[in-house]
Amino acid sequence: MPWNLDSDRPIFQQIIDKVQTDILSGHYAPGDKLPSVRDLAMMAAVNPNTMQKALTELERIGLVYTQRTSGRFITEDVSMIELLKERKAKELIDTYLEGMQRIGYNRQTAAEALMKNNADEHVND
Amino acid sequence: MSTLVECTGLSKKYGKVTALQDVNLRIESGHIIGLLGPNGSGKTTLIKILNGLLTPSSGTVLVKGKPIGIDSKKVISYLPDHTYLNMNQRVSDIITFFKTFYEDFDERRAYDMLAKLGINPKDRLKSMSKGTKEKVQLILVMSRRADLYILDEPIAGVDPAARDYILNVILTNYDASASIIISTHLITDIENVLDEVLFIQNGQIRLTSSVDAIREEQGKSVDALFREVFRC
Repeated sequence: MPWNLDSDRPIFQQIIDKVQTDILSGHYAPGDKLPSVRDLAMMAAVNPNTMQKALTELERIGLVYTQRTSGRFITEDVSMIELLKERKAKELIDTYLEGMQRIGYNRQTAAEALMKNNADEHVND
Repeated sequence: MSTLVECTGLSKKYGKVTALQDVNLRIESGHIIGLLGPNGSGKTTLIKILNGLLTPSSGTVLVKGKPIGIDSKKVISYLPDHTYLNMNQRVSDIITFFKTFYEDFDERRAYDMLAKLGINPKDRLKSMSKGTKEKVQLILVMSRRADLYILDEPIAGVDPAARDYILNVILTNYDASASIIISTHLITDIENVLDEVLFIQNGQIRLTSSVDAIREEQGKSVDALFREVFRC
């Protein structure tokens, strides 16, 4: 099953997002070996050069490192992953707030709605 | 990376009709290129010139530094937009024929792909559906270990599931140093596997860009851009 990629955002950017999410969700643990560029390209159904570009970028920002002979690995630097998590969380919150503001909420009421929703779910449990 | 194809000032006229006009083009190795354009824009003319089936009215084409001829045909694997195979033959006979004809034909690769797509090598072409015939032809073309694959409308007649498999075949079966030119109208299906797109219109190259550059600069897919540029 090819990865679910949007048609209007750069593909390499979406690959980076996908790998980052896979790291945060625990699909890849710190220190895990990544599949080869070719295999990843096939899994994602994207051009191998695009996959290469995305991995190079992940390497540049330090989430992935290359060991000359044995391939690419996820960083073992847990603080880096924590930092990534905070940044991703902020992105998601911003998206939520933007959406809520569009339908007439402000930050305060949006936060309250979120908490209330949370409470309702607990009642349903 | 090296230059595989270089066209300079390439023009082709059919009588008074100009099919290609002053096309300058350079194709590097290791790329998958989408040749996109509306009907009658010159895609097939360009492809036929690269394969030595048409001679240009003016301009030059070099493939790996040499003019079109025996040397260029050795390194180009071509899927035409219509079939030239003998419909009475069995697939296995055609494979034997290809093996004797092309030095770089990999028989095992061909049989592997046939098995994956559930095609019986003992079947005759005439007993097959349009889509299955297309699959057989593409398998034959992709089973060569060529430097350049030129695929004219490779997925038009096959179902979406087989299309995914065929793209997979294309992605797995070319060497990192080889290039592929794909001409198609089904842009959405292939744009994720392309490095570069060439928009061709009225015989001229309208745009050369990478898929990600288009998405980044225009905020839209290649398919959406195509619909905008070539709006009727």
